[in-house]
Amino acid sequence: MNKHVIQIILLVIAIFVVADAFFTLDERQQAIITQFGHPIGGAIEDAGLHVKIPFIQKVHYFEKRILEWDGDPNRVPTADKKYIWIDIFARWRISDPLTFFQSVNTENTAHSRLDGIIDGKTRDIIAQNTLIEIVRNSDRKMEFAVDDVPTFEEMMKEQDIRDGKQEGDDDQSFNATEGKRHEIARQILEKALKDAELLGIELVDVRIKRVNYEEQVRQKVYDRMISERQKISAWYRSTGEGEKARILGEMKKELDRIESEAYRTAQEIQGRADAEATKLYAEAYGQSPEFFEFIKTLESYKKTMNKKGTLILSTDSDYLEELKEGK
Amino acid sequence: MEEGDVVKKKSISLKDKRTQVIILIIVIAVLLLTGFYIVNPGEEAVVQRFGAYNRTTRSGLHFKLPFGIEHKTIVKVKEIRKEEFGFRTVEAGIKTQYSRGDYSHESLMLTGDLNIVDVQWIVQYRVKDSKDYLFNIRNNRETLRILSESATRQVVGDRSADEVITLSRQEIAQLVLEALQEALDNYSAGIEIVTVVMQNVNPPKPVQPAFNEVNSARQEQDRIINEAQSQYNKIIPEAKGRAQRMIQEAEGYAINRVNRAQGDAKRFTDILKEYRKAPNVTKKRMYLETMQDILPELEHVYMIDDKLKSFLPLLNMQKGGE
Repeated sequence: MNKHVIQIILLVIAIFVVADAFFTLDERQQAIITQFGHPIGGAIEDAGLHVKIPFIQKVHYFEKRILEWDGDPNRVPTADKKYIWIDIFARWRISDPLTFFQSVNTENTAHSRLDGIIDGKTRDIIAQNTLIEIVRNSDRKMEFAVDDVPTFEEMMKEQDIRDGKQEGDDDQSFNATEGKRHEIARQILEKALKDAELLGIELVDVRIKRVNYEEQVRQKVYDRMISERQKISAWYRSTGEGEKARILGEMKKELDRIESEAYRTAQEIQGRADAEATKLYAEAYGQSPEFFEFIKTLESYKKTMNKKGTLILSTDSDYLEELKEGK
Repeated sequence: MEEGDVVKKKSISLKDKRTQVIILIIVIAVLLLTGFYIVNPGEEAVVQRFGAYNRTTRSGLHFKLPFGIEHKTIVKVKEIRKEEFGFRTVEAGIKTQYSRGDYSHESLMLTGDLNIVDVQWIVQYRVKDSKDYLFNIRNNRETLRILSESATRQVVGDRSADEVITLSRQEIAQLVLEALQEALDNYSAGIEIVTVVMQNVNPPKPVQPAFNEVNSARQEQDRIINEAQSQYNKIIPEAKGRAQRMIQEAEGYAINRVNRAQGDAKRFTDILKEYRKAPNVTKKRMYLETMQDILPELEHVYMIDDKLKSFLPLLNMQKGGE
């Protein structure tokens, strides 16, 4: 029995020793081995079955995957002295587990160290850029629903030009500024990269998540948006009225043109006819003016003396000549 | 206690046949339970041997080494997953219910003209590569969400509020999709973006009435212009018709005038021809004929001696007699 017990104990010990000599490493992990607290060899990055000296050596596991870092929103001044809330996030991985183990060891510590590094760089770089540069990402030409509405700035500029001032170089037009949103994030990444490297951390990516106004500024922006829209509304209405006036004016012009042209044409036609008639009459009557006179007189007698009329004939008249003779 | 003792005694003596059978059965059972596995349609299984990636298997019955030597993870590769931004669906259905919570921190964003818009959007995605999906990023969903927010804000930040709200929603969704896919591929996330849909894109609440006002102003503009246009269309054709009539009338006059003149001239010429053959007789005849025509038509004809100086009293007397 004793022999059996010893055998079993030895077997159990052997199993423990053998088991502790092997360790598996997941695809998601990397590890370092320490011997009495001192790191032995480099980082182990290949997943699978590995060997170590049982009990004497200890395995420390670290994440191999890309890890998250999401900063708190920071209130930061821009180059044009505007305070904005900027929210940055980063993605990182433990690139050097040994350094990481020695300098920060835990992810929590890493997070707070990254807070310090990235927030500082963000503040530096944001302060060198204007708000538009931070918000925009390129210099693409933006379109507006109503292009014809002149902005207040444009109106002021026109005024300046009228007043003989030179066009200033402080052009704050949104379209004239080249946006750098992506570039700014890249600069933060570039600057933070070295500091992070000292912690055994590789910064994979830094991006701007959100850019927001302060609360009071937001209210002002709302007010501006409202007044902008009101301006557009007024523009629509007044251009409507203007267009109406234009159409009605054109209508009046067209009307005058049509009527006067018709009158002219009618007069021309009638005039030509009158002239033709006059020519015909003159040719005909010109053959014998005195006979014309005679006939026309007779015709006019017929027309002027009608039923209701009274004719007084002198006995002297030609018509009664015969009567006289008979007397 | 008794039974335990029995088992213990029997398990010690490995040469016992019954013990061997029992061990064999247990081994087979464990093999069956931990060795075989089923992958359903639309799924993939990623198999790791001692933690290291070994293979990916499609749907069907498969075998892996038991006793924890190989380990499988099932990934639903065909499943389309959805993330919502700026709103949350509580219960999808015929009458979809949306959460009443305030997600404006997600939806409010700055535009390129430094205005603010409220954008609600969804991203649909699926697993493109289950190995990458499992092993490359720790928090896939959170990473996708944060990248999506960043991409949308970047695209919106390069556009005017007008463009975001009305002009180019489709284009924005497409650009977000591309930017998001690029960022995910950069991380080898193993995720494929299926669609990005701009669900609701609005001006912020306090500004909405002013935006609606613009719409009604635009309609009013249309109405005013249409009215003027219709007035024009009514008046001008009418005037053209009147002008046509005026010209037609003038032409009528002209034809009339010329024809009559021709007639008159012809008549005069004809008469003149005959007159010239016997002027005196004709003249006399015409004179008499005229008198003959006129006199019967008249009511009164007075014949007065040429010596009479005044005939007015005579007329008055005649009137008084009536």
